[in-house]
Amino acid sequence: MRPDRAYQAALTGMALLLPALLLALLVELAVNAWPSIDRFGWSFVFTSTWDPVADVYGAGPLIFGTLASSFVALVLAVPLAFSVAIFLSEFAPRWLKRPLGFLVELLAAVPSVVYGLWGIFVLIPFLQGAFGWLPFFQGAFYGNSMLAGGIILAVMVVPYIAAVSREVLNAVPTTQREAALALGATRWEAVWMAVLPYGRAGLVGAVMLGLGRALGETMAVTMVIGNRHDISFSLLQPGYTMAAAIANEFSEATTSLYLSALFEVGLVLFVITVLVNAAARLLVWRTAPGRAVGSRAL
Amino acid sequence: MIPPIRSTLMALAGLALAGPAVAQVKLTGAGATFPNIIYQDWVLSYNQQHREVQLNYQSIGSGGGIRQFSENTVDFGGTDAPMTDSTIAAVGGNVLHLPTVLGGLAVIYNLRGVSTPVKFSPQVLADIFLGKLTSWNDPRIAAINPTVQLPRSDILVVHRSDGSGTTYVFTDYLSKVSPEWQRRVGKGTSVNWPVGLGGRGNEGVAATVGQTPGAIGHAELGYADANKLQYGQVQNRAGQFVTPTVESVTAAAAGAMADMGPTTDFRVSITNPGGADAYPIASFTWLLLRKQYADAAKAGALVPFVWWAVTDGQAAAARLGYAPLPAAMRPWIEARLKSVTAGGKAVWAGRK
Repeated sequence: MRPDRAYQAALTGMALLLPALLLALLVELAVNAWPSIDRFGWSFVFTSTWDPVADVYGAGPLIFGTLASSFVALVLAVPLAFSVAIFLSEFAPRWLKRPLGFLVELLAAVPSVVYGLWGIFVLIPFLQGAFGWLPFFQGAFYGNSMLAGGIILAVMVVPYIAAVSREVLNAVPTTQREAALALGATRWEAVWMAVLPYGRAGLVGAVMLGLGRALGETMAVTMVIGNRHDISFSLLQPGYTMAAAIANEFSEATTSLYLSALFEVGLVLFVITVLVNAAARLLVWRTAPGRAVGSRAL
Repeated sequence: MIPPIRSTLMALAGLALAGPAVAQVKLTGAGATFPNIIYQDWVLSYNQQHREVQLNYQSIGSGGGIRQFSENTVDFGGTDAPMTDSTIAAVGGNVLHLPTVLGGLAVIYNLRGVSTPVKFSPQVLADIFLGKLTSWNDPRIAAINPTVQLPRSDILVVHRSDGSGTTYVFTDYLSKVSPEWQRRVGKGTSVNWPVGLGGRGNEGVAATVGQTPGAIGHAELGYADANKLQYGQVQNRAGQFVTPTVESVTAAAAGAMADMGPTTDFRVSITNPGGADAYPIASFTWLLLRKQYADAAKAGALVPFVWWAVTDGQAAAARLGYAPLPAAMRPWIEARLKSVTAGGKAVWAGRK
């Protein structure tokens, strides 16, 4: 019996270590961010002046840019990823399933700086050619923009969403499909009416995983988004994200208030990520209490 | 004759024996990324001549260098932007800024079909980066470039998005030549740029400029040369339009020395200096040493290294894309190094 108890104690310790780390991270961020919180209060979140020379910091554009670029990414990525997942689990011939699934997952293994380089040297020239001639956008369009950031993020989160969604759809019992087909549904109707609703919770979870990645992605985004501390509602204008600003400015943050402001940006990013995840979980629990595939996992 | 394998083995055995015989002093430094290439070169060459000194420099950025130096976690720091009076006060004034090499900033642009270097006056440059001068065929640019056929395209400003010593030098220059820049933006390793896109690193700025006709940006001279970027001439205080080169950057320091004395604080900015052949957008990069060290062995090893770097080490500068210090500065640096103490005693008697 003794080895068993030691084993249990060890596992419990490991399991508690993760939440403890999370808590320690939160405390560390809050302590370091305190001078900035104390100085700027709520205006930190709502103003848009970021002036290291005058030691005035407002992270509004960063928060907006993070949410906007992630939103654009999801709008582009979700239909694509779901299509891939549905094709792989429902329609693909057996010989195509594994290689195609493998290739999609391989996209997730590409380092983000490589996506960034692809963005600079392929995507941006393409966007300049595609949109540069349009006269009705304000000012000139140079390629580095919220749209470019969103596209890069979409490419990066597609494999995550697709892989998890495929697993969710594979877990839907065959009887669901058979029941729908027996009632006279076409294959497409069976997927739409019987398979997808059953896996709804898991699919939301897949999207949230993708969103989590999009919110925190740094390198690829900073290389294409234009890095401008401005809020613009045109997708073709440059923007900035929280993660990108931290990565860009941390090493040369010379005053202590500047450093503290960057810590506060990190704290805000942390809180937003937690809120988004909590919202997703609530959504799933309310719409599918405990029966759909994947709702237990969430 | 000894077979190669045996001679290698003997050499290895020799190393193994020699290793413990010499007491090694380990010196750690951290800071600016701009001088990293030449610092690593110096560390390697110096260690080959002085086996007893083991140096290690980590390029973590000027801000990080100043922080680690202030927190006493490194023996020396490196920075492209000098410490402010308040950060110096925070370490009780126990710091010496020693210039090691010089860097220049090139004004790079993307103008297809323009092969002669475009000339920029300080006012034109400031107005472009303030967003007040927005087209390449503006008469003010044409007035100083009568022979250049400039296109009608808009000007896109590209600057660094990451905090950087190059940003400090560039904004320091603009603050000196334009009161409006001084008032609206100021100088720093990161600033609130009035217009333009941010690129990460020299390579990010260069890539955006390279892809966008009509773009203008700033990049380290060594980087611009190594990547064969197009860059312009800048008008200096004497009214001359000067191409950035290793020589014209060194001339900037020589020009600035005319306004300095042997005891001038080396933190002095040398942008927009006097001298007919001086390129105006240039700066020192500094090593940070302590005036009083606790460990005499470390200080005794560090100070001769710095002296070696600012004398013999300068030969490596031009090859690596840096501008060497003017030779006339050596006695001034020597005097500072002689003032370093450990336990109340000087650690270095001066050049041999």
